[in-house]
Amino acid sequence: MAPLPPLVSVNDLHVYLGESHVLQGISFDVPDGGVTALLGRNGVGKTTTLRALMGLVDRRGTVELAGEDIRGLRTHRIVRRGVGYVPEDRDVFSSLTVDENLRLAERDPEPRYDLVYDLFPELRQRGSQAAGTLSGGQQQMLAIGRALLNDNRLLLIDEPTKGLSPLLVTEVALALERVSELTTVLLVEQNLGVVQRVARDVVVLDTGRVVHTGPARELLDDKPAIHRMLGVG
Amino acid sequence: MSTFILLTITGLGLGAMYFLIASGLSLIYGLMGVLNFAHGVFLTVTAYALWFTESKLGGVPVLPRFLIAAVVGLVVAVVFAALTELVLIRPLYGRHIEQVLVTVGLALSVTALVTAIWGSDARVVVAPSWVGETTTIFGAHIPNDRWLEIATAVVVLFGLEGFLRRTRYGLIVRAGVENRAMVTALGIDVRKAFTLVFMIGGLAAGIAAVLYTLYSTTIDPQQGTSLVIFAFIVVVIGGLGSIRGTLWAAVIVGLVQQYANYYASSGLGDLSVVLLLGIVLIVRPGGLSRSFA
Repeated sequence: MAPLPPLVSVNDLHVYLGESHVLQGISFDVPDGGVTALLGRNGVGKTTTLRALMGLVDRRGTVELAGEDIRGLRTHRIVRRGVGYVPEDRDVFSSLTVDENLRLAERDPEPRYDLVYDLFPELRQRGSQAAGTLSGGQQQMLAIGRALLNDNRLLLIDEPTKGLSPLLVTEVALALERVSELTTVLLVEQNLGVVQRVARDVVVLDTGRVVHTGPARELLDDKPAIHRMLGVG
Repeated sequence: MSTFILLTITGLGLGAMYFLIASGLSLIYGLMGVLNFAHGVFLTVTAYALWFTESKLGGVPVLPRFLIAAVVGLVVAVVFAALTELVLIRPLYGRHIEQVLVTVGLALSVTALVTAIWGSDARVVVAPSWVGETTTIFGAHIPNDRWLEIATAVVVLFGLEGFLRRTRYGLIVRAGVENRAMVTALGIDVRKAFTLVFMIGGLAAGIAAVLYTLYSTTIDPQQGTSLVIFAFIVVVIGGLGSIRGTLWAAVIVGLVQQYANYYASSGLGDLSVVLLLGIVLIVRPGGLSRSFA
């Protein structure tokens, strides 16, 4: 049987931020379904890759979503093709309430509030609370919940466990497992425990280039490779 | 006592007009980061559209004539504001210096165009007679236009609050003031909100222009520009992007101007406002909005 075409295909993607050539012609595929983890040391261009896919930074090269070149599209049009985004700093709207943050994210005629409240019951309880007064973990739940509200084909999630307590990391990992059953996820994550738990494939970046792609299990079992590419282990 | 009441109501009326002008400026800057130096010409085009329409309706009684002319003026203000955003501002988003230059250029050229067509002399607008009469409160004879200015500002305040709190576009504007990029990352075309906010700003400025013609009963090409200077001061004192902050700052500026002109010396009102701006910038550089939040 022929392999399924990838959901996302990135080819020769370049991004310059000021004088810095952050992404230097990266190419990789994200298979349809499951979680693909985008790994690498700090500052190698992981967040920039997600922002480039979202059209939030100027970029060169091709980005295909289900066969359609989306590089020339504005951010809101990319999102409307079924792409959800959870940014690194959560970027919840602090002066808006939790309910208003969720309401703003509604795109589908029937937003999936049941799913969001099932995963994060606290969001229902804190509906009238200003998002700026939530804890870091609660803000992360809101940021993920906002992306889950719509039936997206692809979720781009940037360091969802960053700065969270171990208990919350487990909670977020559980949510990611559940999310991965519903949609394709491209996940930037530093916590290899979480990667081991949820990721099926990995893409490793180093100084703006792809240095490894393949099954997550294969890489995570290769301690010298992890040490060499990620500087841990 | 009656003088104090007269000064207070007049100051509130002036503050009401500043609020109407400054609220649009504040929203536009808060959402889009655009310092709209052309905001004054929204007032100018409204005033001249009102005067021009009124002059063409000679046989119509004063009240309906003024009302028809005011509606035409407001429509012109909204259309002019929308065109300003679509034609001049939209191609220059993110290029702040160019935006400042283009809005300054628009302000200068519209003022020059109006002067070239109708001259620099003041033109008289015929206001309904009730507006020129007075109502006596605790011995103070208050011109009726002051009440109209205050009442209109209150209605606009509630309208703006209702729009921002109860509509989806209001939600988009409030979120966009915080983080425009994230609003687009939720799949929302924030540019539509930009145009809408410009139109709301134009409408509010247009209402201020209509009220100012009632207050002064004359119009001239420079009027809009001079009013908008105080509106900018109000925006800075109130805190950029804050409607409540703008309201309080407008009231304070209007009152300070009136009290200083009377109790200190005529002409010191403007200087007092500049002094107030300096104090706020030193003590609270972000404006008053945080204290009233």
